[in-house]
Amino acid sequence: MIPAAFEYHAPKSLEEALRLLNRHGSEAKLLAGGHSLLPLMKLRLAAPRCVIDLGRIHALRYIREENGRIAIGALTTHTEVLESPLLRTKCPLLPQTAWEIGDVQVRNRGTIGGSLAHADPAADYPAAVLALDAEIVAASADGTRTLRAAEFFVDMLTTALLPGEILTEVRVPVLPPGTGTAYRKLHQPASGFAIVGAAARLTLGSGGKVERVAVGLTGVAPKAYRAAAVEKALTGKKASEKLLAEAARHAVPQDVELLSDLHASAEYRKAMAVVFTRRALEDALARAQSKKR
Amino acid sequence: MGVVIQVRVNGKTRQHEVEPRLLFVHYLRDVLGLTGTHIGCETSLCGACTVLLNGKAVKSCTLLAVQADGAEVVTIEGLAALGGNGGLHPVQEGFWEKHGLQCGYCTPGMILAAVELLQANPKPKEEEIRRALAGNLCRCTGYQHIVDAVQFAAKKMAAGKR
Repeated sequence: MIPAAFEYHAPKSLEEALRLLNRHGSEAKLLAGGHSLLPLMKLRLAAPRCVIDLGRIHALRYIREENGRIAIGALTTHTEVLESPLLRTKCPLLPQTAWEIGDVQVRNRGTIGGSLAHADPAADYPAAVLALDAEIVAASADGTRTLRAAEFFVDMLTTALLPGEILTEVRVPVLPPGTGTAYRKLHQPASGFAIVGAAARLTLGSGGKVERVAVGLTGVAPKAYRAAAVEKALTGKKASEKLLAEAARHAVPQDVELLSDLHASAEYRKAMAVVFTRRALEDALARAQSKKR
Repeated sequence: MGVVIQVRVNGKTRQHEVEPRLLFVHYLRDVLGLTGTHIGCETSLCGACTVLLNGKAVKSCTLLAVQADGAEVVTIEGLAALGGNGGLHPVQEGFWEKHGLQCGYCTPGMILAAVELLQANPKPKEEEIRRALAGNLCRCTGYQHIVDAVQFAAKKMAAGKR
């Protein structure tokens, strides 16, 4: 399994990478950690004429707090997300999600930017960035623009990134007190990808009422989505196990096109989306309650 | 068009001109002759090709040789030197003592993944060992003896530090 031959560039700065991308256009593929692109190239499902390796742009590898949000450079690995004390304290949903990605070796190489830009329908981060209302920053020769997670995922393996754009940063909120988060996942046993992955973020207000809640689902449909009906069924109500179970039943709206493959039929995925949404909500609630005390 | 890379492998600086599409596992095996790193599934699942890249366990079948330019690499051939006692590394010794292998195909990758674990977590619980080795498949042992081997190594390394 050897990739087709390609021309290789290893820019050291974002500016240089953007110039290369402009010059080579659609003939070029961007390489970050390589854990989505290289397997495709080895299977010859992708055979770009030119590969631009972003791995030398060290300026895109950071996790820092800025203006009440946490900014994560696109080249930050899953292991770095998992181990970040800043994220663990202020936005634990991302480390909780990174913990469920692949295995140690994959987490050591794979990057948050690469994973999001690839937009695999069974990837884990999409559920979390949706539940967090994350911002995704894209740079081009004309400057930068900020996309909301909800508008970023367009379709299977397709994002709102334009030709000539490079995903440079993900920004997530510092979660307010009384917030609990969780990512629960049904693993495909061979690949470790999500058959269903549910990310939940829940903030308790006065009297144990759900002040704010967000649920992101991955693996279920061609693109990850927010389970808006679940959120609506919870918001403003007093949290209880029964309420969460009731709400989770709305995890898959009518208009969602369900994925189906030999690992999981559409019907099974739908049933598991409900189960894992409920489990993620239960964990998030328990964590929110323990922080309240 | 070749690209010149320089990699420090098992403490020795190596420099070669390579084709960009050359996978790092092929660089190790075919260019450097270090055939202790095995090729298993070639799809980043089995972990047989695991090496340490700047101290981190990575699957060398999912890494281009050009991406490793400038890196510090340890393969199974260089591991004994890390043990620091002139003999086998404690993890290697654990696999020997606790029958952590049968056919041996997964062993180099298993051992290097275990080394990364013990560097970060010198006293892992059984569950932590199993999770750290989740990216390494073994079709012979049923894993129990591998877990025993890592526990043996952890004890041995802790004793060595006293």
